[in-house]
Amino acid sequence: MSPLLDVSGLTKRYGGVTANADIVFDVNEGEIVGIIGPNGAGKSTLFDLITGFQQPDGGRVLLDGHDITGLRPDRISRLGVARTFQKLKPFIDLTVTENVIVGALAHTSDMKTARDRALESLAFVDLLEKRNNFARELSTGQRKRLELARALAMSPRLILMDEVTGGVDQRSIVGLIALVLELKQRGVTVVMIEHNMQVIMRLADRILALHAGRPIAFGAPEQVRSEPAVVDAYLGTVTDAA
Amino acid sequence: MSGSRTDMLKTARAEPLWPRPPLWVSALGAAALALLIAYPFIFTTSFSQHLMILILLYALMAQSWNVVAGLSGQISLGQAIFFGIGAYSSTVLFAKYGVTPWVGLMVGMLLSALAAVAIGVPTLRLRGHYFAIATLLIGSGVQIVFQRWDWVGAASGLYVPIERASPWFYLQFHTSKVPYYYLALGAVAIGYLVVWKLRRSRLGFRLQALRDEPDAAASLGIAIARHKVLAFMISAAMMSVAGTFYAQYVLVLDPERLFSAEISIIVLLMTVLGGSGTLWGPALGAAILVPLSEYSRIWFGGTGRTIDLILYGILILLVCMWRTSGILSLLEERIRRRAEMP
Ligand SMILES: Nc1ncnc2c1ncn2[C@@H]1O[C@H](COP(=O)(O)OP(=O)(O)OP(=O)(O)O)[C@@H](O)[C@H]1O
Ligand SMILES: [Mg+2]
Repeated sequence: MSPLLDVSGLTKRYGGVTANADIVFDVNEGEIVGIIGPNGAGKSTLFDLITGFQQPDGGRVLLDGHDITGLRPDRISRLGVARTFQKLKPFIDLTVTENVIVGALAHTSDMKTARDRALESLAFVDLLEKRNNFARELSTGQRKRLELARALAMSPRLILMDEVTGGVDQRSIVGLIALVLELKQRGVTVVMIEHNMQVIMRLADRILALHAGRPIAFGAPEQVRSEPAVVDAYLGTVTDAA
Repeated sequence: MSGSRTDMLKTARAEPLWPRPPLWVSALGAAALALLIAYPFIFTTSFSQHLMILILLYALMAQSWNVVAGLSGQISLGQAIFFGIGAYSSTVLFAKYGVTPWVGLMVGMLLSALAAVAIGVPTLRLRGHYFAIATLLIGSGVQIVFQRWDWVGAASGLYVPIERASPWFYLQFHTSKVPYYYLALGAVAIGYLVVWKLRRSRLGFRLQALRDEPDAAASLGIAIARHKVLAFMISAAMMSVAGTFYAQYVLVLDPERLFSAEISIIVLLMTVLGGSGTLWGPALGAAILVPLSEYSRIWFGGTGRTIDLILYGILILLVCMWRTSGILSLLEERIRRRAEMP
């Protein structure tokens, strides 16, 4: 079986900075893949390349065996790929429900159907209480859940989540872990950028570690964590000892 | 999912899809509608009817700007282009080929929508202020073309040939302003109904989404450039209707006035004052600014033309200081938030 997402040789340069260098990894259907790496490692850039928000300087992205490299973001979205943004992007002049309706409208033009789908999605991320508030009135944690609800309302096969636990309190983190596991159970494939090692070790089937734009490890969580290159990257020092 | 969450979902699903306005808003609306229908019988002077016809005309024009700028967030400074196209389409067809202005109206809408595609496709894909600048420049370019184009009368413009028989067919009324009044009211009613529907449709939600956050909108499958062009087309067609109506009302086409940047700016001012992005804001803005302009012209004579622009500026400044999104947005927010819900 070919992987759902297959990335090879992906490269992106911003002027003198190589944000992504020759990145190779794949995601199987139904899998949770974590992406880790220190600040500026190129994690968000990788998401931008996969979802068409940035054009790669080299490499390929295959979705279900089809080449989607460099397609427009909306085209890629319509192939069933959803994402959240690290820098949150709520539709601030719309209510919470209306925000999520926009996602639900991906598959229907009937407003009632879309609204009900949106409410389900809001219930799923536990944000139903705020449904009639304006998005701009939400806290950061609530905005993250809104972003997730909106992406999930389009019933994606694959969702890319960029640091959904960052800046969120401990209790909500527990909720988010349950939520991701529930997604997996429903057959949604998840790629998540995550700074919280506890969370990612618990959730991920496989982990991709990046450092300065380069992939330094890809594999099972335990294996990646004990990889010397990963330990070095996180300690920020270079050690000779094996 | 926990029990309480299931209950809340049930409650939420039972809520109406669209929040109902409070009773006093509905009552006010009904009273306003009754007044509008009865207006020409209550106010029988030519001036008071003329004033209301202008308010209605500008309410339609401001709504046209509201569709492209308020809903899809693209600041057009060239709405006069479509006003002029509407006026010239019906007049040229009638004056040169004897075609009824009703057909001219449709042709104008079509040509305006096509012009919107021609202007929008290259400019709307660019982010930032390119669209605003491009529409402003193209607007003055189009004006110059019409001022030099002999076939349509160049700088001296065109007259709509007088036709006294079959007024509803030729859309000319020489004895009374009342038919013009109801034509304008009908056009506004249809225009606002279309926008009301649009705002509750998939297209309307997508436009508002891309206005607020284009990247997030694209990540949800919305083709940004195509949707912006679509909004611009709808806006252009609406503006064109106002142009045809105006031509039939004044029966003379002056390219200097029809394609003036002043028209493009005034529809912007009205909408921003009344509440950009709201349904009724453009109408409210027109109802405030048209009388202001007409009365200042009366009081200050010829110099009123500059005075009214100064007054406009002061009003807009007040709106910006008080609240950036216009008078009506406060009310609309309160309704949409449904804070009253238990
Ligand atoms: N649009 C851009 N223009 C120029 N440089 C960029 C751009 N986006 C990212 N970069 C640079 O590319 C590198 C990788 O950035 P990226 O945002 O992908 O890192 P990240 O791993 O997501 O970091 P963080 O953990 O802080 O979110 C950084 O050096 C960043 O400054
Ligand atoms: Mg990042």
